[in-house]
Amino acid sequence: MTTTSAAERPTAPKRGIHHQPPSMKVLVVKILLLAIVDAVAVFAMTALFFQRDWLVLTIVALATLLVNVIYLNPGMLPAKYLTPGLIFLALFQVFVIGYSMYIAFTNYGDGHNSTKDDAVAALISQNTVRVEGSPAYRVQVVEGLPGLGLLATAPDGRVLVGTAEQPLEPVDPGAVTMDGQRATAVDGWTTLQLQDVLQRQQEIASLQVPLSDDLNDGFLRTTDATNGYVFQSTYVFDEDADTMTDTVSGTVYRDLGEGQFQSDDGQVLGTGWQVGVGFENFLYPFQNQKFGEALIWVTIWTFAFAVLSVGLSFFLGLFLALTLNDPRMRSRKVYRVLSILPYAFPSFLSALVWLGLFNTEFGFFNEVLFGSADIPWLTEPWLGKFSVLLVNIWLGFPYMFLVCMGALQSIPEELTEAATVDGANGFQVFGRIKFPLLLVSTAPLLISSFAFNFNNFNIIYMLTRGGPRMAGVDENVGHTDLLITLVYKTAFEAGTRDYGLASALAIIIFIIVAAVSAISFRQTKALEDLN
Amino acid sequence: MSIDIDPIATDEPEQAPRKVVQPKMSFRKWARELGWRHLIGIAVVIFATFPIIYVLSASLNPTGTLTGSNELFRNLSFENYVDLFSDPRRPYAAWFMNTMIVGIATSVGTVFLGALAAYAFSRMRFTGRRVGLLSLILVQMFPQLLAVVAIYLLMRGISDIFPFIGLDSLIGLIMVYLGGALGVNTYLMYGFFNTIPASIDEAAKIDGAGHARIFFTIILRLVAPILAVVGLLSFIGTTSEFVISSTLLTSPDKLTLAVGLFRYVSEETNSNYPIFAAGAVIAAIPVMALFLYLQKYIVGGLTAGAVK
Repeated sequence: MTTTSAAERPTAPKRGIHHQPPSMKVLVVKILLLAIVDAVAVFAMTALFFQRDWLVLTIVALATLLVNVIYLNPGMLPAKYLTPGLIFLALFQVFVIGYSMYIAFTNYGDGHNSTKDDAVAALISQNTVRVEGSPAYRVQVVEGLPGLGLLATAPDGRVLVGTAEQPLEPVDPGAVTMDGQRATAVDGWTTLQLQDVLQRQQEIASLQVPLSDDLNDGFLRTTDATNGYVFQSTYVFDEDADTMTDTVSGTVYRDLGEGQFQSDDGQVLGTGWQVGVGFENFLYPFQNQKFGEALIWVTIWTFAFAVLSVGLSFFLGLFLALTLNDPRMRSRKVYRVLSILPYAFPSFLSALVWLGLFNTEFGFFNEVLFGSADIPWLTEPWLGKFSVLLVNIWLGFPYMFLVCMGALQSIPEELTEAATVDGANGFQVFGRIKFPLLLVSTAPLLISSFAFNFNNFNIIYMLTRGGPRMAGVDENVGHTDLLITLVYKTAFEAGTRDYGLASALAIIIFIIVAAVSAISFRQTKALEDLN
Repeated sequence: MSIDIDPIATDEPEQAPRKVVQPKMSFRKWARELGWRHLIGIAVVIFATFPIIYVLSASLNPTGTLTGSNELFRNLSFENYVDLFSDPRRPYAAWFMNTMIVGIATSVGTVFLGALAAYAFSRMRFTGRRVGLLSLILVQMFPQLLAVVAIYLLMRGISDIFPFIGLDSLIGLIMVYLGGALGVNTYLMYGFFNTIPASIDEAAKIDGAGHARIFFTIILRLVAPILAVVGLLSFIGTTSEFVISSTLLTSPDKLTLAVGLFRYVSEETNSNYPIFAAGAVIAAIPVMALFLYLQKYIVGGLTAGAVK
């Protein structure tokens, strides 16, 4: 793959030379594509406008503008070719890396999902009770663009409409259809028929329409879709004092800057919000000794798993390559094709196939090979490690076998001959000449194989889900967990999802892998081909 | 990507002279020099093929549990294959289709985006080119896998605006995969693009072809082999991907094979295994057939990469 350095070749297009006007067909295609992109962008911007997400709106607008400039401008040729890929790269690779880092410094997760305003609104609206003796409104369930709403006729005759997000507002009396004392329809909204009401009972019963912008004023709710009552929260938020008060027990909860309301005796309200927590996620393992120890074990096992997987499958592959490399052997080809089958088998299925073989009660190993034994292949800490390694070697050795075979054959025969003439025996030729040469040529593959196995999520998760669980650790950490499966479990499978901690762990993995790769690639000069 | 080293195909020419040199060996000499190699070969072949034979046998066994599958090939029937397609709670056909859609769309997208970028890097000189090439490699150091939390949250945010490209949508998943389109693949293509003589571009330019015409009608045809390699690698990588697809996809008929079969077999390994086995065999046959058909090139590519 050696090529003449591209810089030496006179390839750079000289601008201006080939600026014929593009053909009609090209122009039409170009404008059509651009129109589609712009239409999608405008749609997104409209949606963002209604969500009042100004930051993202600005970014989308700028990006769209940039795309249009690039493609409508006759110059900027490289940008025309790079932009499509870069858009995806920027969003789903670069942005998510930055976002991961941001999340790692927050308490984002279950109970801390949104902003403080949202948390306050949620706390207030989750704890409403009917205000005794409050007047009944006559209501009609209606549906409009913003979703389900209530059309309410107040006891004093005013007609109001609102949804869960929009507080009740008076409507123009001219637009209302009245049925006696009760408004039944209003322009711009569809009145729900009895049938729909019955079908969407639950949705209607949980609908709370705020009376005003201040949620402390209360909500209008209905249970029978004809009469509405005022509900007020048992929690009252005092904006000036920044406290949440439980009016039933009288407890005052304060915001101490940790993304939640806490009472003086340490009680915490369930719904909190997202705040920056500095290095707390990174310090968590140090503060929780049990988790810290578990994390050290997981890290050691992750290294051991990656090194052993690469090392053992390399040596098995090399051994096989040497064994089958004898030209006098008949049916070498059959052995080779059959032994690389695991490499051809879709890798996402392999672990599941072995899952059946390893099954404690009914699996082939226990039932047939070990005479109905109950060996816990996947559920005992050390056996579990052994089993996942075995499967990973099964998956990995054919690749190493092929690589070693190619590398061995590319070592010039003269070296062997010269060494033999100098009096070296077979082992010396291999140990002092062939093996070092082999290592040099396969080193980059071994490094990338290490990096891959360091994050070999599928094999671990599909076989053991990281289990068996370590005793005495509150978090769900298992004996065969790799760091990456721990990230996944912390973020998506824990009782309370903790995105912040998971992202912090991901960053730790990144630092480890980057350091290992940087150190090893520095010696392999992989980057020297760049020109 | 030269494919001159091919350990499997090199067998044939060697066999003829061997018979002349070594017409007959005594059994002891044979056992000492070659017999043990055969023993090792047989042992490794058993290790390598047994799980595959087992899953094939389980898929043909009509008893319907793992226990019955332990006696290899005792009963043969296609019952499991029929059952596989008959339960709407386990829409295997939909999973298969989804996997194909995601795999093909991603690999086509990856090839296209990567080829565009590789063309720019290979044929144009602009400020930031070298830095761009370097940063493509550096960005890949952080695999998407590690950012799975951020990807999930990003897609949840996109769902609020565009539900059909957010969570639980194949388009959303494909877009996430395309985030990795530039990177190692571009680098691979860049190397290959550089081997196409620039004089071809020059000649076309003199004949009045514009850059787009040169790219689409001339260069893309000349680099077809690398496009095929990158497309295949991307297809294999995408169809085996589990972490991101399992976090983004939720409803049963939107799953890919990897996620669907995993959830199915792990919820009740014993009773679901035979039907899983049938699904695995159907999923594996095209891949293995393709692999064996292309093995000469794949093996050649691998070893060329190793001994570059």
